Amino acid sequence: MSDVVEKTLSALPSLLSLDSQAGAGKLSPSSKLGNLIKGITELTSKHEEEKLIKKELESIKEQVASPNTTMRQMKEIMVRAIYCEMLGYQASFSYIHAIKLAQQGSVLEKRVGYLAVSLFLNETDEFLLLLVNTVLKDLQSTNLIEVCMALTVVSQMFPKDMIPAILPVVEEKLTHPKEIIRRKAVLALYKFYLIAPNQVQHIHSKFRKALCDKDPGVMTASLHIYLQLIKENPESYKDLTGSMVTILRQVVGGKLPLDFNYHSVPAPWLQIQLLRILAYLGKEDQGTSEMMYDVLEESLRRAEMNHNITYAILFECVKTIYTVHPKSQLLEKAAECIGNFVLSPKINLKYLGLKALTYVVQQDANLALPHQMTIIECLDHSDVIIKRETLELLFRITNAQNVTVIVEKMLEFLRLTCDDYSTIDLVGKVAELAEKYAPDNVWFIQTMNSVFSLGGDVMQPDIPNNFLRLLAEGVDNVEDRQLRLFAVDSYVSLLQGVTAKLPQRFLQVISWVLGEYSYLREEESDPGSVMRLLARLLDQRHTSTETRSWVLGAMTKLCSSPVSVALARDVCERYSGSLNTVLRQKAQELMILSQDTKLRARVLPAEGRLESLEVDSSLSFLDGYVSEALAAGAAPYKSPHQRQEDLVQEKALSLEPYGLSLPVSLSSCSITDRLTDRRSPTLLSMSSGLSGNSTELSHQEGSTTLKLEGVKRVWGKDGYLAQQQSAGETPTPLVELPNPLLSPQSPPSQTQKPSSGLEPDQEKRQLASSLFVGLGSHNSVCLMGRAETAPRHFRRKPRGESSSGASEGSSNSSHSSRSAAVDNLLLSNLLDSTTVASEGGAATTTTPQQTSQRTLDHTTSNGNPHVEGTEQRVEAGGPLSLIRGNGMVAVVPPTHTQTDPQTQQDLHPAPALERPRDLPLASHLPAELSGLARSEFTPLCSDQDSSLALSACRVYKEDALVLLVFISNNNDSALHQMVLQLTCKELEISCISGSPLKEVKGHSVSVCLHTVVMKRASVQVELAGLLSYQRPLGQPQAAQFSLSLSLKHFLRPLTVSTGDYGKMWLSFSHDLKQNLRLVTTEHQEPLTATLDALKGKLHLHVVDIIGSEGIVACRLLQGPGQGQPCLLHCRVNADSLAVWLRSPVPELPDSLLYHCQKALTET
Amino acid sequence: MQFMLLFSRQGKLRLQKWYVPLSDKEKKKITRELVQTVLARKPKMCSFLEWRDLKVVYKRYASLYFCCAIENQDNELITLEIIHRYVELLDKYFGSVCELDIIFNFEKAYFILDEFLLGGEAQDTSKKNVLKAIEQADLLQECRREPPLTVCFLSAQLTTEKPL
Repeated sequence: MSDVVEKTLSALPSLLSLDSQAGAGKLSPSSKLGNLIKGITELTSKHEEEKLIKKELESIKEQVASPNTTMRQMKEIMVRAIYCEMLGYQASFSYIHAIKLAQQGSVLEKRVGYLAVSLFLNETDEFLLLLVNTVLKDLQSTNLIEVCMALTVVSQMFPKDMIPAILPVVEEKLTHPKEIIRRKAVLALYKFYLIAPNQVQHIHSKFRKALCDKDPGVMTASLHIYLQLIKENPESYKDLTGSMVTILRQVVGGKLPLDFNYHSVPAPWLQIQLLRILAYLGKEDQGTSEMMYDVLEESLRRAEMNHNITYAILFECVKTIYTVHPKSQLLEKAAECIGNFVLSPKINLKYLGLKALTYVVQQDANLALPHQMTIIECLDHSDVIIKRETLELLFRITNAQNVTVIVEKMLEFLRLTCDDYSTIDLVGKVAELAEKYAPDNVWFIQTMNSVFSLGGDVMQPDIPNNFLRLLAEGVDNVEDRQLRLFAVDSYVSLLQGVTAKLPQRFLQVISWVLGEYSYLREEESDPGSVMRLLARLLDQRHTSTETRSWVLGAMTKLCSSPVSVALARDVCERYSGSLNTVLRQKAQELMILSQDTKLRARVLPAEGRLESLEVDSSLSFLDGYVSEALAAGAAPYKSPHQRQEDLVQEKALSLEPYGLSLPVSLSSCSITDRLTDRRSPTLLSMSSGLSGNSTELSHQEGSTTLKLEGVKRVWGKDGYLAQQQSAGETPTPLVELPNPLLSPQSPPSQTQKPSSGLEPDQEKRQLASSLFVGLGSHNSVCLMGRAETAPRHFRRKPRGESSSGASEGSSNSSHSSRSAAVDNLLLSNLLDSTTVASEGGAATTTTPQQTSQRTLDHTTSNGNPHVEGTEQRVEAGGPLSLIRGNGMVAVVPPTHTQTDPQTQQDLHPAPALERPRDLPLASHLPAELSGLARSEFTPLCSDQDSSLALSACRVYKEDALVLLVFISNNNDSALHQMVLQLTCKELEISCISGSPLKEVKGHSVSVCLHTVVMKRASVQVELAGLLSYQRPLGQPQAAQFSLSLSLKHFLRPLTVSTGDYGKMWLSFSHDLKQNLRLVTTEHQEPLTATLDALKGKLHLHVVDIIGSEGIVACRLLQGPGQGQPCLLHCRVNADSLAVWLRSPVPELPDSLLYHCQKALTET
Repeated sequence: MQFMLLFSRQGKLRLQKWYVPLSDKEKKKITRELVQTVLARKPKMCSFLEWRDLKVVYKRYASLYFCCAIENQDNELITLEIIHRYVELLDKYFGSVCELDIIFNFEKAYFILDEFLLGGEAQDTSKKNVLKAIEQADLLQECRREPPLTVCFLSAQLTTEKPL
C-alpha cells in the first residue's frame, strides 16, 4: 500500500468520526430492537412481558428460518435474540444462526455473530465444533479486525479437543508485527494453558520471548501465563526473579510510556501482577527473597497518593511482604500499613485491613493489640460483612481466657443471620472453639446447645458426631459423670418446654444422650418421666421419621421400670404398623426387649455399656448360615457398591470381571467402628444419621484454615519470630508489649490513645480487655502453636481409637507369623544394597542432579513391576515374571538419602542424612502387601533431632494404590494421641488400617495404610498430610508433609481382547490425537520398542500389534470399582508415532498423553 | 474474574459476561440471588461481599450496579478499579453515558468490555487503545460498501497510530 493512498484514507476517519464518535447511532428507537425495548418498558406485569417476548421470539424464529433473510438483517435479529436471552428467555433455535452469521457475514456482521456465540454457548457445547473452521479461516485472514475477533472468541471459549487444530496458527501470531495481535495471541495461549496445559508445553520458550517483547502490553499479557506457571512450580522459574524485579523497578520508577498510567499511577495492573509473582517466587526462599526486598520497599514508599489504586498496590505489596522470607524492617512497615487500613474511615479499606490482620495475627497475635478499639467498634458495625470479618479475626486469636466472650459474640451474630453459608461456617467454628477451650461443663453443654439449635439441620454432620463421641469417651470418673448428668438435665428441661422449634439433628442428639445416660439421674426422679417426654416427642407432627427412629432407640434402652414398659407397649402398638420399615423394626425391637428383661440385659447392659464391645467385623458367626445357604443355591452376597457397579457396567461397557471370591466380599461389608454401632442394638440404621468420616472432617478443618496461601510456613522457628525475639533483647524494643496479665482495670497502653480520638466508654474497654486477654501473656511462639490450656477432657480426640487396637494387632501378628521368611530375605537384600550404595557414594561424589538421575534410573530399571491376573503374567513374560518368581519384588532403596525425583521439590528440608539406618522399613511392610510391586521409600519429613521420621511407600495393588506411611519413633519415649490425616481434593483416600494409631512405642515403627484412588484424572496431584502427636509430658505437636502422586501411579493394565477393544473404541466419546517421538533401539522394531517403553513405565497393556499399528489399553483407578478405561491406538508415521487416545472420561486422554510424552522423552 | 453483571436499581439485568462455564440454570440462580443481595445493601456499606463461596465486588454508578465475582486470591481494590475503568470507557465512548445508552446499545457495551477484559483478565490499561480498537471497527460500519481491500487497509492504518 502506497503512502499516498494511506494518507488519503487516513483522512477518512476524521470525516466519519462525527457520526461514529459519541455513540454511533445512539438510541435508535425506530429500530426493531428499540421498539422491543420500549414495548417492554411500557408493560406493567411479568405476565405481559412473557407474552410479548414469546411473540417476539416467534417472529425471530420465522425470520431466521426464511431463506430471504440477508446477513445484515440477521445481525439485527441476533441482537434481539441476545436481548431476549438476557431477559431470561431461551432462544436456543438462534444459536446455530449465530454461528452461521460468524461464518458468512461481513466483518461487522461477523462481530455480532461472534458476540452472540460467546454469549449463547458454553465451552462444552457441541455447536462450538462448527465454529472451528470459521475461527481458523479468520485467524489466517489478512484483515486485522477479523484476526482480532477470532482471537477474542478463542480466548473466551474454545473446545479443548480442538485446540490442536488452531494452535499452530495462534502460535504464529506471536511474531505478528502488530502488538495488539501479539497481545491477544498471548492471552489466547494463556487460556489454552488453563484448559489443556499439556498442549502448549512445547511453546514455553516462546512465552519467554513474549516476556521480553518490546511492547509493554504484550509483556503484561505474558505475565498471566507466568503467574500460573510459577504458582504451579516456583522452583523452575527462580531464574526469572531478577527480570521480574527489574521490570517492577522500571514500572515503579515511571519508565513506562505515559499511556499506561491510570490516574497517574504507572500500570497498576502490571504492578499487582508482578507483586503476586514475586510472592510465589520468594515464598520459603531466603536467597530469592533478598533480591526483592529493595523493590518491595520502593513500592511501599511510592504508593503514597490517596487513591484507591495506590491502596490496591499497597495491599498487594503487604501480602507479598508477609509471604516471602521475612525481613523485620519490611514487616514493620507492612504492619504499619495494615494499621492505616484498619483505622481508615473508608469502609472498603477497613474491611481489607481486618482481612489482612486476620492472616497476620496467626503468626503474631500481638499485631492485633494496637487495634483493639477498632475491632470492638467493628463488632457492632452495621455492615454484616465487616462484622463477619471481625469474628473471623477474633476466631484466630481465641485462647482459653477469652473464649467465652468471643463465642458469645459469635452466637450473637448467628442468632441474627439467616444466610446458610455463614451459619454453617460459624457454627463449625464455635463448636471447634468450645471443644478446644471450654472452661467448664456447664458452659460447654450450654454452648453446644446453642450450636445445635442455631446450626439446625444445615451444619456439618460431624459436629453432633464429635459431640456424642466426646460424651461417650473418657473414663468413667466423676468429671465425666457430671458432664453427662448435666447434659441429661439440660435436655430434660429443654424437652419439657416447647420442642417445635428444635432442629431434627438436635432432637436426635437429645434422644441418644437421654437413652444412654438417663440412668444417671434416675434415682432422684420418677422413672417414667424421660420416657414420657420422649413419647411426647414421637407424637409431635414436626418430628421426622429419622428422629423418630432415634427416639424409639432411646426408649428401648430406657424401658426398665413397669411404668416405662406400659408406655413402651403403647408406642409399639402404634408404630409396629408404620409404613416405614425402619420405624416398624424399631418398634418391634422395643416391643420384644421391653418384655424380655433378660434378653434386654444381655443386649443392652446398663452398666457395661461404657466398655466398648468387641465387634466381630468379619461376621464369622454367620459362616455356617452362609455356607448352608450357598449350598442350597443362593447367590453369593454382593456389597451395595458392587451391585451398583454391576448395574453401571451392564449399562455401559463390560470390562472383564475380576473374580472376587465370597470371603473377600463378606469382610468388605464389615461393620465400621462408629460410635452408635457399638452401643445401639440397631446397628445400621442408627449409624446413617451420625456418619461423619475423616474426609469430611478434614474438609471442614481445611475450610477453617487460612485461605491465603503460604503465609503460614514462612514463619519457621528461625524466621521472623526469632528475629523479633532477638530484637526484643536489644535495649530498645521495637514494639512495646502490653502488660502480660491484663486485668479489666488496666487496659493495655494502646487503648489509652485510641486513634479515633473519641474516648471509648467503659463498657467497650471492658470488652476489649476480656477479648484480648491472654494475647500478651504468652509469647508469640506459644500462640502460634495455639497452646491448648483447656482441660484435656474437651480436646478433640482421635477418631475411633477403640477399634484400632484390634485391627492393628491382628495385622501385626499375622505379619510376623506369615512373612518372617520374606522379611529376612528383603532385609538381607536391603543391607547388601545399602552397603553397595554407600560404597558407591564414598567413591564418587555426585551432584544432586546426578543423584536424582540415578534414582530415576533405579526406578526405571527395576521398574514398578505390577502384579496382574495370571493370564497377564503369562503374557508379560520376560524379566518381570522372573522377578516375581523369586518372590522378591520391588525396588530396595540404595539408601534413604535419595528421594524420589518427583517429590523432591515438595519435601520439607528433611535431614535425610541423619536418618537411622538400623530401621529397615521394608521389614514393616504388611505381609499381604509384600508380594506386590511397590515404590521405594520416600522420606517425608522428620523433626529436628530426628526422633520422629516419616516415610512413605506406594504399593501398586490391582484395585487401588496403597499408600503406606511409616512413622518411625527413634526416641525412648512413646508417642501418644497420634492422628494422621491425609487430604487431597483430587483423591479419594480411605484408611485401611493404622490411622487411629494411638501410640507408637519407643524405637519402633508403625505403619498406616491408606488406599488411594483418583476422583478425577489429573497429571499430578499433591497430597497434604498432617500427623499430630504428643510425647509424654510434652505439648501436642504436629508434623506436616506433602507428597505428589502422579497419574501413572494410578494406571493399571487393562486386559482386553482385540474384539472387545474394537467395541470399546466405538463407545468412547472423548478422544485426543497427538504425534509422539519414536524410541529406536538396535534389536527391536521402533513400534515395539516404543510400546514396550510405555508399557514398562506406565503399566499399559499392549493388546495387539498389527503391522505398523499397535493397540494399547489401560485403566485408571478412579472412583469405586475397577476404574476408567483409556484406549490408545498407535500408528507409525515416518519417524513419529501418531497416537490416538480414547476414553469415556474427558480428562484422562489429556493427562495420559502428558505422561506418555514424558516417558518417551526420558527413554 | 469469574463473571461480570450489570443490573439496574430495579434488579433488571443489563449485561452479563461469564468467564467460567456454568449451566444456564446456575447462571440464572446466581444472578437472581446475587442481585437481591446486592440491592439489599445500603449505600454506605462495604463494596466487597463474601457471598457463598464467591468473592464479589460491586459498585453503583447512578442507577446501574456493576458487579464482579473474582477469584479468591484476587485483589478486591483493583477489581473496583477495573469496574471504574470500564465505566470511564463507556463514558468516553457514549459521551457521558447513561443507563439508556447501555440498554439500547448493549452490543456496543459488550464490544468495549471484550476489548478491555479478555477471558476475564484486564487486557489493556490504556483507555486510548481500547477505544481505538472499538472505533476502528465502528468506522467500518460507515464504510461498509468499500471494497474489502480498503477495509483491510483501514484497520491496519488505524493500529499503526499506536505509540510504542
